[in-house]
Amino acid sequence: MASGNRSQTAQGLTLIAPPLGYAVLVLAAPLLTILAYSFFKDGYLTVIREFTLENYRTVWADPIFHRIMLRSLGVAALVTLATVVLAFPVAYFLSFAVSPQKKAMWLFLITIPFWTSYLIRVFLWKVILGYNGVINSGLKTLGLIEQPLTFILYNVNAMVITLAHAYAPFAILPIFIALEKIDRSLLEAGRDLGESRAMTFWRVTLPLAMPGVVAAALIVFIPTIGDYVTPALIGGGKIPMIANMIQAQMLDLDNRPMGSALAVTAMLIVAVISLAFIAVNRRFLRVRQ
Amino acid sequence: MTTQNPGPKSTAAHRAAMAGARPMIEIRQVQKHYGDYHALRGIDLTIRSGEFFSLLGPSGCGKTTLLRTIAGFEDISSGVVLIDGQDMQDVPANRRPTNMVFQSYAIFPHLTVAENVGFGLRRDPRSRAEKAAAVEQALEMVGLKGYSSRASHALSGGQRQRVALARALILKPKVLLLDEPLSALDRKMREQMQVELIKLQRQVGITFVLVTHDQEEALVMSDRIAVMFEGQIAQLDGPEALYARPTSRRVANFIGVMNFLPARVLGETADAVQIEAPGLGRVDIPLANVSQADPGDDGPSIGFRPEAVSLVAPGAQGANRVAEGVIDEVVYYGDMTYYDVRLDGSAGFDGQARPVRIAMRNVFGREVQDVGTRANVSWSPGSLVLFR
Repeated sequence: MASGNRSQTAQGLTLIAPPLGYAVLVLAAPLLTILAYSFFKDGYLTVIREFTLENYRTVWADPIFHRIMLRSLGVAALVTLATVVLAFPVAYFLSFAVSPQKKAMWLFLITIPFWTSYLIRVFLWKVILGYNGVINSGLKTLGLIEQPLTFILYNVNAMVITLAHAYAPFAILPIFIALEKIDRSLLEAGRDLGESRAMTFWRVTLPLAMPGVVAAALIVFIPTIGDYVTPALIGGGKIPMIANMIQAQMLDLDNRPMGSALAVTAMLIVAVISLAFIAVNRRFLRVRQ
Repeated sequence: MTTQNPGPKSTAAHRAAMAGARPMIEIRQVQKHYGDYHALRGIDLTIRSGEFFSLLGPSGCGKTTLLRTIAGFEDISSGVVLIDGQDMQDVPANRRPTNMVFQSYAIFPHLTVAENVGFGLRRDPRSRAEKAAAVEQALEMVGLKGYSSRASHALSGGQRQRVALARALILKPKVLLLDEPLSALDRKMREQMQVELIKLQRQVGITFVLVTHDQEEALVMSDRIAVMFEGQIAQLDGPEALYARPTSRRVANFIGVMNFLPARVLGETADAVQIEAPGLGRVDIPLANVSQADPGDDGPSIGFRPEAVSLVAPGAQGANRVAEGVIDEVVYYGDMTYYDVRLDGSAGFDGQARPVRIAMRNVFGREVQDVGTRANVSWSPGSLVLFR
């Protein structure tokens, strides 16, 4: 029995060895390098390998960092809110209204945006939202406006719209799966015990869908904080987020220790917020269906 | 405890009390179509107040659809459903005076036992403490005292069932609907719950409507049973009448085991039908025991239950008639022995042998007979049912 277990373990290790090696090489190693860099001194174009906490002190004291980090968190929170709120009805429709034979087709339709590269999609939003873009010229042709609307490009609104669209499928899928798992007789039981459809949704469907909502929120929140392309293109470079700031330190200023310290700090903040979010919702995540 | 406690089920007093009870559910000409599928084909049914009523039938017979129609989960295509005299046409499920115990129990997995039981009390005007006390009381009634704060996933099947019962009964519905509530339990647990459900029903005095495909369960628990086939009620009777005098061969086949022998009708008097059956000879069947044959049957037949006849010693004297035969098969069950006996002359009209099954209780001192030995079968005309 023991030898059987051992050979099974060996087999398992053999199976995961290639992806594990790959993950160590391209994920763990660079992360450790960044972590190491963040404690080194900057010697203009070189890195001086001497331990220091100076980078972190500078980051935490820097008002620009504060502003950009807060903006990143704010944009990511808005995007998460918009995406989850808009994705929920889609997932609900998919789970409750679409007939079982057609669900696969609907899921396929939802993944269509992935057929185009992220960069091109972001650029298309620029075309849609731009000063002479689809929306402005359309509204002007219709005679509804005389001057182009300016609040839809090169600002936070535009970034939220773009990112919410880009991440929508990532939010729809986990919510859809959580809704699919709900035993439909629970909803009938809710009605049977005297609750209207709306109250049954509030007291039964929503709490049981929360694991999907939490997953969707994290899946959207974590990558959007570090998004680089959208602030660069849609924000017009004038409203940078944390990824743009790291890029500036790393490449434009060639201050790798400072860039690394920014990256590590941002990572820690995201980790803390994510864990806090999970902790707040832990009673929903413990439910075993 | 209610004052109109109906007492033990099979007593005449209980039956009389039930027969006089006012109607609780009235179903008139109810039809239900799912597209091309005709699920309910004109159901007419009155369920009395305080009654333990069962809808019995094979899967797909429409019994669950009928129950869900009463609960308000299914719209009916035509017809009328009245509950306590009130038309349910435009009354949604959440406003009907019914509560349901679901087949899957439908215990909310995100709530504790107490939260599950108290789910329907949200709009109850009582104080929080009073509601908590009501929940405790309901749990005690179903034998789950002290389980309030348990997580629902930590419950066994039987406990889930009890929570579902408490959750429904705490709302004091006029009708409790039970959708195959015991089908997920093991045999021992099922038998225990059957007895508990009967006791509970007497205690609360609420009308129970049970859906089941298990004929034994229906016989054990019900005051009356509606046997359903293909969206129609085939027979509506008390358990004893249903078992002893099924009105069609189909019902007879569905409820328990029945032996069938071909019969030939010889004549008819004012109160009996005279027939001849191979192996039994000429018999007068009282008119009360004359039922319908199924459309597919080839000619009339007589039926009798395995326990309505018995093996007796040769030359035994008694009021019953005796037929002779040879034991074909012996199946020993511990408490019972089943004998398949080929009656002399039973090859009958068409030359086909039809052994009849006879159930004998293995009481002390009675020996199990061997295959191939001659046997005397004692029977009485009153235990035969004629299907024609």
